[in-house]
Amino acid sequence: MTVPAARRVAVVGAGPAGLSAAHAALAAGARVTLIDAAEEPGGQYHRTVPETYGPQRPVRLQHGWRAFERRRRRVLAHPRCTWLPRTSVWALEQPQPEHEGPPRLHLLCAGPADGAGRTRHTLDVDALVLAVGAHDRVLPFPGWQLPGVCTAGAAQALAKGERVAVGERVVVAGSGPFLLPVAASLLDVGSRVLEVLEANTAATTARGWGRRPWELAAQAGKAVELAGHAAVLARHRVPYRTGRAVVEARGDGRVEEVVTARLRADWSVLDGTRRTLAVDTVCVSHGFSPQLELPLAAGCALDERPAPRCGPAGDGGADDARKSGRSGSLGAFVRVDEQQRTSVPWVFAAGEITGIAGAPSARAEGAVAGWSAATGGSTPRDPGRRRALRALRRSRDQGRAFAERLARAHPIGAAWPGWLRPQTVVCRCEETDYGSLCAAFATEAGSASRVAKLNTRAGLGPCQGRICGPTVAELRRRFLGDAPERPAEGLPRADPHRRPIAQPVRLGELAAPSAPLTDPGRRPEEESSS
Amino acid sequence: MNGTRAVVLGAGIIGAACARELALAGAAVTVVDRGGPAAATTSHGEGNVLVSDKGPGPELALAQLSRELWPTVLTQVAERSAEGHRAAQAAEWDPKGGIVVATTSAGAHALARFADSQRSAGVRAEPLAPEALREAEPYVTREHTAAVHYGEDAQVQPAGAATALLTDALAAGAALRGGEEVCSGVVRGGRLTGVRTTHGLLEADLFVNAAGPWSGALAARLGAPVGVEPRRGDVLVTTPQPPTVFHKVYDADYVGSVGSGEEESQTSAVVESTRAGSLLIGSSRRRVGFDDRLRPEVLSAVAAKALRLFPSLARVPVMRAYGGFRPYVADHLPVIGADPRLPGLWHASGHEGAGIGLSVGTGRLLLHLVRGEPPPVDAAAFRVDRPAVLRPRQYQQQETT
Repeated sequence: MTVPAARRVAVVGAGPAGLSAAHAALAAGARVTLIDAAEEPGGQYHRTVPETYGPQRPVRLQHGWRAFERRRRRVLAHPRCTWLPRTSVWALEQPQPEHEGPPRLHLLCAGPADGAGRTRHTLDVDALVLAVGAHDRVLPFPGWQLPGVCTAGAAQALAKGERVAVGERVVVAGSGPFLLPVAASLLDVGSRVLEVLEANTAATTARGWGRRPWELAAQAGKAVELAGHAAVLARHRVPYRTGRAVVEARGDGRVEEVVTARLRADWSVLDGTRRTLAVDTVCVSHGFSPQLELPLAAGCALDERPAPRCGPAGDGGADDARKSGRSGSLGAFVRVDEQQRTSVPWVFAAGEITGIAGAPSARAEGAVAGWSAATGGSTPRDPGRRRALRALRRSRDQGRAFAERLARAHPIGAAWPGWLRPQTVVCRCEETDYGSLCAAFATEAGSASRVAKLNTRAGLGPCQGRICGPTVAELRRRFLGDAPERPAEGLPRADPHRRPIAQPVRLGELAAPSAPLTDPGRRPEEESSS
Repeated sequence: MNGTRAVVLGAGIIGAACARELALAGAAVTVVDRGGPAAATTSHGEGNVLVSDKGPGPELALAQLSRELWPTVLTQVAERSAEGHRAAQAAEWDPKGGIVVATTSAGAHALARFADSQRSAGVRAEPLAPEALREAEPYVTREHTAAVHYGEDAQVQPAGAATALLTDALAAGAALRGGEEVCSGVVRGGRLTGVRTTHGLLEADLFVNAAGPWSGALAARLGAPVGVEPRRGDVLVTTPQPPTVFHKVYDADYVGSVGSGEEESQTSAVVESTRAGSLLIGSSRRRVGFDDRLRPEVLSAVAAKALRLFPSLARVPVMRAYGGFRPYVADHLPVIGADPRLPGLWHASGHEGAGIGLSVGTGRLLLHLVRGEPPPVDAAAFRVDRPAVLRPRQYQQQETT
């Protein structure tokens, strides 16, 4: 009798969701290749200080550190796990239509994200778990291109990863609970945080969080974590203001002051409430954008989630929004089922790409995805396992309820484009301003998304529209309405997240032949030396 | 042409150029596209306006006519309106010239012969000595065997160029209907008098099939199939670079692969910079139907050939790749003219990778043919009733045996 070979599972992303997926897939008997662009697992959430920096108190730095550390050690030390750090997945190649199985992974192994000396490899597996996470969403405002304006995520990465403060006099602004840990990290590395500004009004936030509060009980950990950050802010006497935003940054060559203003529920500016404040740094975050290039490259279907309406709305916020058709969309996420299966056979998704719900939910989704990927989603025979899986799914469902509530409490107000002036830069890479975009959308012959992009260059620069893509798509929707653009046969739908080359690859790397990683369980350097 | 009703099927650059000529001549023009204007093949190409890749013959004549028309047309568009001015700017007209480089001795001989024949057809093709090449392109490989400079080659940003032409057509009174698909034709007395679309019936005196790689399928819906098929091409785009490539530089074997009909993948190096500083690196040609799946090994082959021309680009990051479908005809000539089987139907298609450059000449030629005037270039080679268009299968079989 032959023992069936263990399933080969690739997990892309080693943040909370990916690490958890790898852990679950290993527990279910799979051979796992865990891939991440960073040196160490942890993702953005458990960003680790490199060992050379010798952090004295990692436990104080991070929430859930011990559990993370335990899981990290178990996964990396597992004999059936191949850990590929500093590895980018630069492309996913869909199989021939008649061929079963997930896409082939094209990797650039071992080297800093854009460094030299990387080698090109391919990897074929039986199942693929995408857990690639999200990055900050930042809305444009006059002056946001000035040095000294940075994303809250970048500020936190510097603080957590390198113990570096982005500035001395800092305002943290935008929307969402993420502003709190960012401010706390900044205080921790010695910045003076002048204010934390939540653009949504207290009423919007309270209404969003307040519906069916018993559902929140399961997210108690998250609440405790946020309460901890709030306490840090209080101790440092940092004011947390709601219904106020940074609507302009000014300075000669870099930020010297910001203009803040009170906002209505729809984020329109209340007259007579503008204040200027001298700062050297502004950290902004208006929520998160899921990193959808790999799911799209794999062919996964997305769900467009309508945004809840802002302002004095009744119970059915989302329905109202659909009817009014004006408040845009929360954006698109990967569609998954109960087992974290995407629309593509043998491709699973977990974490922020399925909805922004934070680390606990990502871990639960990751575990379900890892189990499903390793077993094909079969029900475990062992009753203990069965119970554990049920608990995970419950926790995942609670996470989804939390995600929905989070989106309701911290929506993006429909009136934010009112902050823009014609000369306000929208695409920072290519310096495309709001006025040129409006002119392009108003040109009947040139208003198709792709054509407007090529004619204005918005989204064509080095970041490939990661920052401005969703913003430009939303501005276009406002101008031209919601009618979806029909692609021609064979061509993909215009999507701000579509990037067939998911990570930059040097011409020399691309030109060199690629070697298959035939046996997950061995690292590429072993393979080449053997 | 006052009073003539014309419907142009397809709002890509060929449809835009035809609509512009017809509208300026006084026809009542409606442009119909199932998607958005210029959103398909037009905005997935490189923007070549080349004479260098064509040997003497009717296509070169059309290319020379187009090359002559481009600067004048863009000036006219810019002068018509503020919108036209902006669109003409976005067309990024750049008469930078092309340089063809051979890297083998066989390639050098073939290139010299080819350039000779082109010169006899009036093309400016000047051999470059090694020092002259180094001066023109300091980063090009030293391992070359011959180089020819083509001063007439130019480049446009294709989506901007199409927007400019279509904007001008609209300014001349044409109407644009996007998101509308043609379902079938209405034939009365043996003549095409209307098309049924997803939005209703559209009647006209003449219909121009300018649906690019989809024009074969569209013509079949109208009852007069033509042998136009998709051929896929892929292009790499690098991050913005300091000036390193000054002309459109390509490998001498590009000419051979343009003229080939092989189903399997063909790659050859075409390297140029854009106004924004990015390098565009092509190109591949694959007959894979409408299959949009990314093929990393094709991109790898394109990169390897580009590095043979410019070895110093090895560390330049590629940040984007895009591919498009080009309208391929088995004998590599466009299809421009009336359909003898179905009066009222005209075709302007089949330009494969040269459609951007050939668009303005095609529009002008079509106008002359519609009016029954002597055409500015000989149009006989582009006629519809030729074997490669009407019986493509038999034609291809004959070619391969």
